Amino acid sequence: MLARRIIPCLDVRDGRVVKGVQFRNHVDMGDIIELAQRYRDEGADELVFYDITASSDGRTVSTEWVTRVAKVIDIPFCVAGGIRSLDDARKLLHSGADKISLNSPAIENPELLGHLAAEFGSQCVVVGIDSRAENGDYLVKQFTGDPTKTRGTRWRTVDWAREAQKLGAGEIVLNCMNQDGERKGYDLAQLKLVRAVLTIPLVASGGAGAPEHFRDVFRDAGVDAALAASVFHSGAIPIPKLKQYLATEGVIVRP
Amino acid sequence: MLAIVDSGGANIASVRFALERLGVQSELTADPAIIRAAERVILPGVGSAPEGMKRLQAKGLVEVVRGLQQPVLGICLGMQLLFEASEEGNTPSLGIIPGRVALLPESPGITVPHMGWNTLTSRPDTPLLEGFDATTRFYFVHSFAGPVNAFTVASCEHGTPFAAVVQRGNFSGVQFHPERSGPAGAQLLKNFLEMPV
Repeated sequence: MLARRIIPCLDVRDGRVVKGVQFRNHVDMGDIIELAQRYRDEGADELVFYDITASSDGRTVSTEWVTRVAKVIDIPFCVAGGIRSLDDARKLLHSGADKISLNSPAIENPELLGHLAAEFGSQCVVVGIDSRAENGDYLVKQFTGDPTKTRGTRWRTVDWAREAQKLGAGEIVLNCMNQDGERKGYDLAQLKLVRAVLTIPLVASGGAGAPEHFRDVFRDAGVDAALAASVFHSGAIPIPKLKQYLATEGVIVRP
Repeated sequence: MLAIVDSGGANIASVRFALERLGVQSELTADPAIIRAAERVILPGVGSAPEGMKRLQAKGLVEVVRGLQQPVLGICLGMQLLFEASEEGNTPSLGIIPGRVALLPESPGITVPHMGWNTLTSRPDTPLLEGFDATTRFYFVHSFAGPVNAFTVASCEHGTPFAAVVQRGNFSGVQFHPERSGPAGAQLLKNFLEMPV
């Protein structure tokens, strides 16, 4: 049976891995390659690299470090940040990235998802959604890498997730912004809601603080993968121990 | 020399880097003469079946690949193209392995694309799968898959069983990505490199 995936997320800024709380106040966490190798050795199932300011700065992820990662890493990885065209995507995939993740540019140009899926297959097209609970609903936000540029969109989260799937996305990463960096657990209610409207894999993001949170998000929200950053970067939750714990709780994981 | 068929697909760099990690140099090429002369050939591919076949046809490689006598390994789409046809875009393909590639059906709890690490049920005494057991996991990412038949040496299950590793004569194919399957994937590539020419 397919194993649930544990995915460390490496937020990249100026070629370094950083981490902020609720997308703010970024602090340096270390070198991209060193952290990527550490997670590979610890049994991470996949890695995600988000160039967090690429979109708001109007650039694309640098292929230079994508190639460096691809050379040393033997597990799949996804890159995100300012991917706006077939050409941007092609460069990154040819540099060795396994998947590309689109956030703001997909909202601005939804047809791009269909073009990407037709050219490269939907299995490498990931849509990242930054979602915030507001007025009893969940709403999609844009340009969340820079708090001064963050803004709302016309989309309700559930509608955008469904639309992205229809257009050609092969996976959705749902960043629950209210939970991000708070370590109080994933937003199970929101993830369940989005899971119910999708037939493609869903990755939970935002809020992991304890091993129980991973168990809950797999068992109760039915997500395919769980993404986290600070608890892995800081060593608060070592991945091998997390996987042992999940296995004893009946969650299928890759040892 | 090992030739990687330049079919224009997306995961070509990853395959080359994986071979480099094993100390093996490869040549990415669409030149029929170089491909025919290579000791081993890898047919990679990420993308859709119609695009993949279109590229092979445009480069005049369909008959070249069909006629190869040395060990050939198809990876992901490269493996799917070994079958007779794909439901994806109703595409006739290389026809080396009988059967038709079809879309994996989704159902509650079974998401498509099939994305992540899964186990194999394999036929004993398969040189390509030397060193693995029923707990070994490989990384899959695909929506279409080939049927289980006489040429399936390992199957995988995601809602429904499908061909994970196929073999016919000098042609082998894996639906998963050995270049992205950690130490198990590296071992599989080593097994392929050790198959007798």
